Amino acid sequence: MTDRPFESRPQPAVPFWNDPAKRGIVLQLGLATFLLFVFWTAWSNMLDNMSARGLVFGWDYLSRPANFAIGESLIPFSAQDTYGRALAVGIINTIRIAVVGIVVTTILGIVLGVMRLSSNPLLARLVSGYIEVVRNTPLLLQLFLWYAIINSLPGPRQAVHFGPGMYLSNRGMKVPWVEWSPALWPMIWALVAGIIGTIIASHMLARRREATGVAQPLLPIATGLILGLPFLASAAQGFPATLSIPVLQGFNFSGGIELSPEFAALLAGLVLYTAAFVAEIVRGGIQSVFKGQWEAARSLGLSSGQLMRLVILPQALRVIIPPLTSQYLNLTKNSSLAVAIGYPDLVHISNTTMNQTGRAVEAILVFASIYLTISLLTSAFMNWYNARVAIMER
Amino acid sequence: MNAPISTPTTACALSFVRGETLPQMPPPDDVRLSLSQRVARTYFGTPANAAITISCILVLAWLLPPLLNWALFKATWTGNATTCREAGGACWSFIREKFLFSVFGLYPFELRWRPGLVLALFAGMVAISVQQRFWSGKLIYAWIAALAVMWGLMGGQVLGIPVPGLDPVPTRLWGGWLVTIFLAVFGAALAYPIGIVLALGRRSQRPFVRLVCVCWIEFIRGVPLISLLFIATFIVPLFMPTGVELDRLIRAQIAFIMFAAAYMAEVFRGGLQAIPKGQYEGADSIGLNYSQKMRLIVLPQALKITIPAQVNTFIGMFKDTTLVLIIGIFDFFTTLRSSLGDANWLGFATEAYVYAAAVYFVCCYAMSQYSQRLEITLNEGQRR
Repeated sequence: MTDRPFESRPQPAVPFWNDPAKRGIVLQLGLATFLLFVFWTAWSNMLDNMSARGLVFGWDYLSRPANFAIGESLIPFSAQDTYGRALAVGIINTIRIAVVGIVVTTILGIVLGVMRLSSNPLLARLVSGYIEVVRNTPLLLQLFLWYAIINSLPGPRQAVHFGPGMYLSNRGMKVPWVEWSPALWPMIWALVAGIIGTIIASHMLARRREATGVAQPLLPIATGLILGLPFLASAAQGFPATLSIPVLQGFNFSGGIELSPEFAALLAGLVLYTAAFVAEIVRGGIQSVFKGQWEAARSLGLSSGQLMRLVILPQALRVIIPPLTSQYLNLTKNSSLAVAIGYPDLVHISNTTMNQTGRAVEAILVFASIYLTISLLTSAFMNWYNARVAIMER
Repeated sequence: MNAPISTPTTACALSFVRGETLPQMPPPDDVRLSLSQRVARTYFGTPANAAITISCILVLAWLLPPLLNWALFKATWTGNATTCREAGGACWSFIREKFLFSVFGLYPFELRWRPGLVLALFAGMVAISVQQRFWSGKLIYAWIAALAVMWGLMGGQVLGIPVPGLDPVPTRLWGGWLVTIFLAVFGAALAYPIGIVLALGRRSQRPFVRLVCVCWIEFIRGVPLISLLFIATFIVPLFMPTGVELDRLIRAQIAFIMFAAAYMAEVFRGGLQAIPKGQYEGADSIGLNYSQKMRLIVLPQALKITIPAQVNTFIGMFKDTTLVLIIGIFDFFTTLRSSLGDANWLGFATEAYVYAAAVYFVCCYAMSQYSQRLEITLNEGQRR
């Protein structure tokens, strides 16, 4: 140990290839040049190849008539409409299957996840067997299997009746549906009033609980307001027929809403597949809450509903929501497998478009960027949500 | 014990303290139960529980008999389509008939010993690789050699270079299990190093490198696999200079590698983030440079802790190989589906799907069980 004060020595000259900052700049410039070269080569090759086939890169094809029919569409579409409108039909159909799929998957997944945790070994084993089988086989195969099963069903006259007003036949699925009529307006307003009333009631109950310590259940009030008010509104008009129920007439059903065999198979496949993953996520989330939390909540005298709602779920949801969102995204992306069974989704219509026009680059660019936008928006939302939840943690 | 506490024998000053000893209680009745009592309690303990058990049994009673009837009792194991239709059950003789086709596809009949050898080599490599005592650097070299041999045997040529003594077999004649194995194994083998590079790039200090890696990963993870397969099928040929053609299977394979690499990169990134900062700083403080730090300190730990996640990603990728059906490549599932069109055997789609599902299930389930076991053995050193 020397007592000599630390002296500043002259810095030896560092050659630029040993200077991290300069080396970094050179490295990144090299990478940028390389990528630029690759993209430029690919682009110019593509333009050459396209012009050799008599094509020019551009979007003019979107305004030309499509000349093909689409089996199912929520907006009117005929063969004289443009490719652009066909694309819109595809986007709407993709959103339709994704939204319906996500709603049904969530419900089924939560139910399965809770059943998987049941103290009854028979139920737990059955559900876990289902989950293992579904998770370990390819989705495409399951889609084909469902499609084959639906196509092998009897015709409408011998349709399988699996619930009130719900029929399954080789023409697809028939379910009751709300038929639009002006008589619905009072019911909608009653529903809105019921929801607002429930929110007010929950605030009032919370204030009273904090002031007096007397807790009153919200559920009966909420049920009365949200279900009762529209019912009264309907009764006041003498129960107008707003629900269209499928009835067998001749060789087919009339009334209700028809889900095509393709839609039904795709929905069944996506929902049953994704729900198995959601069930595992829900189970993991509930199990991630420490045992002490359950015991503490019980020793405070909370009922099992309060235990779940006030103690377990808020903690479990923090674990559940991020992977759940990525399952929603997976479902949306997997809906592109519709092309294999012929449901006219975004990819299916893009595929038809590029087969007819040869605009492979444009069509693929369009549908890839639509999926990319959905994914990026969702992950941006997730980042925001995670940040919010993390702050609430402590 | 400073304050004297009144014993039970003395008169009790505190009214809430019991003065006398209580009689002994019987042991709780769930300590020693006979088997039948235990079963009764587990399955019929409460009314709700009994209802659950009964509905489960009802569901099984509704599902199992027709299923067993179809799959076993009424099934046909030998015979042709006519005997199958007469029996009314599952037609397993159809699967028996098409089994070899589903393994080899359209590969020339007299050359089938080559894919057979490939399968044997692959099975041997898997059997060795699952045992942890063989895990070493040498195993990686062995896999590289094995993959090269597999490719050479299968094609009779590697990227245009002929293998002496073997006739070239174009990839359009490849099919069945072999294509599925090639897609999955070559996909994983090449996605692994690319995934590591992407994961390191995403955590790089250099903004442009980071930007490129983030864009790549997020683009691939944001679009469905089908878009990548479409790009490989329809757009990549346009990117090539005129006259240069890349094999269709190889293009699909590249799409797969890109896809798997992006997902692998996210797995590795998780591993890199989980390594405590002290490990990075320790490596810095003993004067290791970046590549030494990563190669000797960080990556060995990051790769080890992510092995279960890697296996899960691989399972997902293995299932996703079925998507090549959409671009018309004859993997196992597509080959099997193509045999549904055989005019002598019409109408046995369900049997084919059940067979395919069984094969995929056995592979994926084995892998997931293996990864769960691995998770336990790998954690042994960490457990306190």
